Amino acid sequence: MKRKHKRLTFVGLGLCLLGVAVALVLTAFEENIVFFHSPTDVAQGKVEIDRRVRLGGLVETGSVEKKPDAVTAFAITDGANTIPVTYKGILPDLFREGQGVVTEGRLVAGVFRAEEVLAKHDETYMPPEVAEALKASGHWKDGGPAVGAKDGAAYGGKPGAAYGGAAYGDKGADAKTGGYGQ
Amino acid sequence: MTAELGHFALTLALFVAIVQSSLPLVGAHRGKSQWMAVASPAALLQFGLVAIAFGCLTHLYVTSDFSVLNVAANSHTDKPMIYKISGVWGNHEGSMLLWVLIMALFGCAVAAFGGNLPPTLKARVLAVQALVAVGFYLFILLTSNPFDRLFPPPVNGQDLNPLLQDPGLAFHPPMLYLGYVGFSMAFSFAIAALIEGRVDAAWARWVRPWTLAAWIFLTAGIALGSWWAYYELGWGGWWFWDPVENASFMPWLAGTALLHSATVVEKRDTLKGWTILLAIITFSMSLLGTFLVRSGVLTSVHAFATDPARGVFILVLLIIVIGGSLALYAWRGPSLVSAGLFQPISREGALLFNNLVMATATAVVLLGTLYPLLLDAIGGGKISVGPPFFNAVFIPLMVPMIAAMAVGPLLNWKRGDWRAALQRLWPALLAAAIGGTGAWAIVTDGPFMGIVGMTLAFWLGAGTLVELAERMRLGREPLSRSLSRLKRQPRASWGMTLAHFGLAIGIAGMTGAGAWVKESIQVMKPGDTTMLAGYEFRFDGARAIGGPNYTATAGQFTVSRDGVRIGTLESEKRIYNVSGQPTTEAAIRTTVAGDLYAVIGDRDAATGGFVTRLYFNPLVVWMWIGTLVMIIGGTISLTDRRHRVGAPQTRANPPARAQAAGAD
Repeated sequence: MKRKHKRLTFVGLGLCLLGVAVALVLTAFEENIVFFHSPTDVAQGKVEIDRRVRLGGLVETGSVEKKPDAVTAFAITDGANTIPVTYKGILPDLFREGQGVVTEGRLVAGVFRAEEVLAKHDETYMPPEVAEALKASGHWKDGGPAVGAKDGAAYGGKPGAAYGGAAYGDKGADAKTGGYGQ
Repeated sequence: MTAELGHFALTLALFVAIVQSSLPLVGAHRGKSQWMAVASPAALLQFGLVAIAFGCLTHLYVTSDFSVLNVAANSHTDKPMIYKISGVWGNHEGSMLLWVLIMALFGCAVAAFGGNLPPTLKARVLAVQALVAVGFYLFILLTSNPFDRLFPPPVNGQDLNPLLQDPGLAFHPPMLYLGYVGFSMAFSFAIAALIEGRVDAAWARWVRPWTLAAWIFLTAGIALGSWWAYYELGWGGWWFWDPVENASFMPWLAGTALLHSATVVEKRDTLKGWTILLAIITFSMSLLGTFLVRSGVLTSVHAFATDPARGVFILVLLIIVIGGSLALYAWRGPSLVSAGLFQPISREGALLFNNLVMATATAVVLLGTLYPLLLDAIGGGKISVGPPFFNAVFIPLMVPMIAAMAVGPLLNWKRGDWRAALQRLWPALLAAAIGGTGAWAIVTDGPFMGIVGMTLAFWLGAGTLVELAERMRLGREPLSRSLSRLKRQPRASWGMTLAHFGLAIGIAGMTGAGAWVKESIQVMKPGDTTMLAGYEFRFDGARAIGGPNYTATAGQFTVSRDGVRIGTLESEKRIYNVSGQPTTEAAIRTTVAGDLYAVIGDRDAATGGFVTRLYFNPLVVWMWIGTLVMIIGGTISLTDRRHRVGAPQTRANPPARAQAAGAD
């Protein structure tokens, strides 16, 4: 084989691999992409039934209820709409009423059956998706002190502001009032 | 004072880096040796200054000086000493300081031990290294100063995120950074070579050990992170295809490809342009990883409280470094002429195949990681791309590569004979058949991928051993001759054998833990038992215990099999005093066959029991052992004689050789 042919062999092989990869990616995208929805989206019927989706918002205060067989029932709200959720298993350490949460699962007969409740590793953190969903529903500011603090600290200000101001106080308040899981 | 001293040292380091990045570059271009000579002392000085700055921050942490914002926000007087120290890099500002410290350390190593490098190449490498460092110094000083004061100082600190107070995680970031930043050496060498317009075997001999060292650290860092996620998060899993995990995995994939293509440059003087491109891509992936993790665009444990200015700054840095280097590559790359010719079926061809697959895999992981961000940026909605996607794409790509991995080392350079190679691989074929059938027979209800995984693991493991036997001519010569051949194997070959064999062990572990995991969730009262994978878990009850800076509920399980008691497991749910943040400590009992894994959850008020989550994770320990074998292999290869002797053209130069010998 000439030099040119050899190079072509590898270019061809590379293209084949790329083709296979593209085919794999496209099929996998088709089946495995998970869309994020807010409770309002669910209420408006924008969510496909029986497809794996994410639902995010605030855990409604007073909604957490222990059911038999290690199931927990709670509700996720964006201020405008509220969707009941059930989850079997151990909730993440930072799951609390009034806090932002993202769940993944399927909508079955009006109840969202969560297969996963995504753990947030830092209590001063608000998932961006949830923040945006709250903004969209117009409940961003009055979503409780936790949300208000986030607006100033995590999204705009410097960490100095977060420390000296709202977020610091907020952290203290959480430690005291975070009833769930303590 | 300490904080001001640290800040001052860091500022001085910036100016030293500016000098180091400009004078030697101009000097090398104009042939002024005095200007080039600035590079080495500047690199040493720069490292000294950053070390002072890092030492100052460590001192502030150890003495709990809460008048410094960074310390107040991440430390506490009650925190154990090891976490006071690890707290230095357990936050954004400190971790960036660690980044520049390691970067300066590597530059310092080139300055100290690079006596046998051609002077212009050395000057250019150090200049490029300093140029990247300038960007990071500016980033720290302008957006993330760890030495900012806080007034008035609080009585005590806010404590380090409890999840980070763990021995595994104390060493995960430094390892990862040694890996990320280690690739900056390969990058600097690549850019310097592009400026020089010359890539040869001596160049590759210099680049390889740096890449290898970075690869070893990155492998260890990823494994530590995975291990930590496995026992600390209490989800029973060890790899979640989380964007942050991907951010460390992409440089690993590209770096592995670079490691293999650098071998081809060194041995066969070909694939030069491709190797340079890989070096650029690998470091770009490291930078991209830093951007993804530090900018807060992702939701993860690593996303500390974020500031948009930082994300924009790193993004600009990213564009300058990646865009600039790729432009330079487009301009100068075509002038790199490769000399060695080879047939598609040859050792070079096999290594190139590895490179193509690894590059494709990197691209796929990159796409899956960035696609949600891109879609969101153009207003296409919020989506997430999770494990199902990555498993569906990544595993099929890896299967042919692992199949080829056993064949490649048996092919000759230049022109190989695949038929002969396959004939010699018959024991591996047999082993693969046994592995696959065994998996099918033992785990009758497992998924198909479990059988594929085991087949591949046995094929690769046995194939690697066959190759070793071939090299010692086992069975074709008297045993004593074979053994003496074995002893004479260069360490680099041992490195390859061990790394490939380690991967085989790791694949077996990943297959077991990925495909055959058994899980059970239920409410258990004291005395209740649950059967799982043939093991009986009895819940003995829970009690309250205390730690240095936390209180905990500890639940105890007794595990037995067929009536024989195996041992007890104690899982904790901790509440940290300062933050009030709870964490879970999974209880794990490791056996050769698999891990018994128990997690205690919340108390169920109605029944008085506890929610418990039990797992049987088969073969997990093999994953860690395999990684360890890979790391040992890499380390042995790093001590190969040829890396110490140095570039061939300087061998006639006695002082240079003396210096290189002093390097080890």
